[in-house]
Amino acid sequence: MPDHETHDYDVVVIGAGGAGLRAAIEAKERGLRTALVCKSLLGKAHTVMAEGGAAAAMGNVWPEDNWQVHFRDTMRGGKFLNNWRMAQLHAQEAPDRIYELERWGALFDRTKDGRILQRDFGGHRYARLAHVGDRTGLEMIRTLQQRAVALGIEVFMECKVLRLLADTEGRASAAVGYWRATGEFVTFFAKAFVVATGSIGRSWMYTSNSWESTGDGHAMAAWAGADVIDMEFVQFHPTGMVWPLSVRGLLVTESVRGDGGVLRNSEGRRFMFDYIPPMFAPDTADTEEEADRWYDDHINNRRPPELLPRDEVARSINSEVKSGRGSPHGGVLLDIASRRSPEYIRRRLPSMYHQFKELAGVDITAEPMEVGPTCHYVMGGVRVDAETQATTVSGLFAAGEVAAGLHGANRLGGNSLSDLLVFGRRAGMAASDFAVGRSGAPSASEAEVSRVCEDALEPFGRDGGESAYDIHRALQETMQDLVGIIRTESELTQALEELDKLDDRAAKVSVTGTPVYNPGWNLATDLPAMLTVSRLVTRGAIERRESRGGQTREDYPKTDPELGKVNLVQRIRGDGTYTLDREPLGAMPSELAALLEEDSQ
Amino acid sequence: MSTQAAELAGPGAAQSPAPAPDSTLTMRIWRGDPSGGAFVDYEMPAVEGEVVLDVVHRIQAGPAPDLACRWNCKAGKCGSCSAEINGVPRLMCMTRVDELPVEEPVVVTPMRTFPIVRDLVTDVSFNYAMARKVPPFSPEPPGPDGTYRMMQVDIERGQEFRKCIECFMCQDVCHVIRDHEANKEIYAGPRMFIRYMELESHPLDTNDRRELLRERMGLGLCNITKCCTEVCPESIKITDNAIIPLKERVVDSSYDPVAWLGRKILRRSKRSAADAAEDAPAISAPTREDQAQWGQTAQWGQTASS
Repeated sequence: MPDHETHDYDVVVIGAGGAGLRAAIEAKERGLRTALVCKSLLGKAHTVMAEGGAAAAMGNVWPEDNWQVHFRDTMRGGKFLNNWRMAQLHAQEAPDRIYELERWGALFDRTKDGRILQRDFGGHRYARLAHVGDRTGLEMIRTLQQRAVALGIEVFMECKVLRLLADTEGRASAAVGYWRATGEFVTFFAKAFVVATGSIGRSWMYTSNSWESTGDGHAMAAWAGADVIDMEFVQFHPTGMVWPLSVRGLLVTESVRGDGGVLRNSEGRRFMFDYIPPMFAPDTADTEEEADRWYDDHINNRRPPELLPRDEVARSINSEVKSGRGSPHGGVLLDIASRRSPEYIRRRLPSMYHQFKELAGVDITAEPMEVGPTCHYVMGGVRVDAETQATTVSGLFAAGEVAAGLHGANRLGGNSLSDLLVFGRRAGMAASDFAVGRSGAPSASEAEVSRVCEDALEPFGRDGGESAYDIHRALQETMQDLVGIIRTESELTQALEELDKLDDRAAKVSVTGTPVYNPGWNLATDLPAMLTVSRLVTRGAIERRESRGGQTREDYPKTDPELGKVNLVQRIRGDGTYTLDREPLGAMPSELAALLEEDSQ
Repeated sequence: MSTQAAELAGPGAAQSPAPAPDSTLTMRIWRGDPSGGAFVDYEMPAVEGEVVLDVVHRIQAGPAPDLACRWNCKAGKCGSCSAEINGVPRLMCMTRVDELPVEEPVVVTPMRTFPIVRDLVTDVSFNYAMARKVPPFSPEPPGPDGTYRMMQVDIERGQEFRKCIECFMCQDVCHVIRDHEANKEIYAGPRMFIRYMELESHPLDTNDRRELLRERMGLGLCNITKCCTEVCPESIKITDNAIIPLKERVVDSSYDPVAWLGRKILRRSKRSAADAAEDAPAISAPTREDQAQWGQTAQWGQTASS
């Protein structure tokens, strides 16, 4: 046993956002000894920032909606690179998961007849997002948090996990980390682990992500030998704030457009009409009149082009700005003030109203917002089995953003919150089953545990190295400039060289002070994961020589039908080298394929 | 940024007149640990549009990489970065520097009501312990189709309280625990009172927590000074919409048999606190053993022995 604090559980869940909480709840309800470990305080995870809503085909607003339509929308949004089985399970189970939240105390906004209200969002044919104003994520995390507390789940807060270690049979068996408040090390032994660590966005300069989104779970799974797929697909949300500079990247919810907001360039033109791709043309209005009628009549009108999937809108904004038709601070204008009453805007979008008023001095009921793309979400991630969320490492499961498959090449807004619930629960179920079936106490090599701790402390003993903040800043500049929304081979190759240099610099990082609540040290221990994940993204982006969803290649502007049939699978070998292989997508049953061929409307 | 850009200066560094855009500002930050601490001044370039948290981040990236503070969303949605700025509890991420009198130092201290961990980080576990004591939501059975019907007008009060981002500034500013450490044993605080009122006003909930509020959560200790309401970043009317109505309901349940009977007849039946405790296997939630020890409370004692 290690000479520091240890704990022993059946199931340990790493990450306490929506997916981690839902997984832990499931395991606890099944009677397993369950622990939840998180880097921040409980209730502060990134789910809390989600604004728009959770997509579920409940049909409360449009009875025409059903799981088949939701499945079709998700696959089309993902440019058909999705794991079809995950997309099917997600569409089928999301409504039950939303109703379950209501049984746990959630208070969603209501329809006139008292059912859960649903709102329009990009890429969804019908109004489908269960929501609470524009603070749906807060409602979700609080409901799950309160459920977890009621069940008596043990929560280990402000604890950073550094590594997952396997036993001699290759089963995930231990998680080594440290308490941020004291700097003391701790090892969790468990029969099954669920990583639910969310995003990777902190490696980019302009991002909607918090300090926590350093790809810990992606990297720890990859270091443990797990397959990682499709990492090149990074979603740049079309509407982040662009001014003041200090809040650049902060999210402006898609609900602004779902509720009637439109995008205009400096000439006042609704430019999205100029960027309707052929695939979505049959579904998309080509006049402002039709687009405006759609809000009240979805059946006889087609959708406004502002509600195309996020990848399309982000590229279009990028193109307008590059063509010199941007707003004063380098974005475009998002206008709801001229289209909806101040009362409506304040009721539907209270946090956006507050956010712009306080941070930018802009009254969104009277003026347009300046917005531009911001790094928001990664579609790629740890490869999982659709039914169980099992990774390719025995005893290791992944759920939520860290897992890949559901969203293919691009995620539709609203599909993330429902993803967390559907697959968080499934991961909790399967991890529980695995833990029950596993024999013997989990163990790990003491030498390996010690090495993890020694590596983490090394920066304290080093003099003359750089601050972790300087290295982080350089990484953000590299990824923003060279692996951003529009990519080319030469820049991507250059990024790999830069990442090599950053690896060297990170290996010499110096930390001042003590391990007690020391953000400089905490960041230093986040750097290895950030660098690993950045490399996975860049390598994937080089290999996928096409443009599709979250991957836009200036030098390969078209989709390549051959690349549309494969996942890019990456692994990190024991010697630290990376492998990359193309593996064919699973064959879709004919009845599902038929849903995708159906003529739209 | 280079470390030379911001040099340490002693307290009482020279004050400058109203700043030009390229001027500097003085951040006077309390630094220390449970054994003690002191103010440290950081002279930083002023940057247009920044909030206090931005400047703290620049200090971390420059002269003091080990300066401890919490933050997550940087958009007023997560409630992590609470601190006292010029003596007033505020979210650092929502406090524009240009709204503060920058000719004087910006003084940033940790929340005073909670024990220090380090610098601006406090031990807020009190709030999580109190959350574990709340007998949880227990809904009536759903309708025939397995779902519920609730009217928007009936959930709006609850939705107001569910805007709470758990910044704990209402707890920080509440005199009952800010000035009387011992009261933390017997007082849930404003954050938890809005949680109780949220459950109390939930159209589906069946648990009655009024006895618990009076006996164990110290509702009577609040003397309605409204300090909590004043600091709430979500503008929740904590005192008017939660604490005062709760006090009225608790009084009704204890002393007014007519009101109690009327409630029994006119509203759905509420389950007693003891029954409610059965829903709460949480670590610190009240249990039947707890109830046996509260012999002075007839309702609880009877249930425990039955």
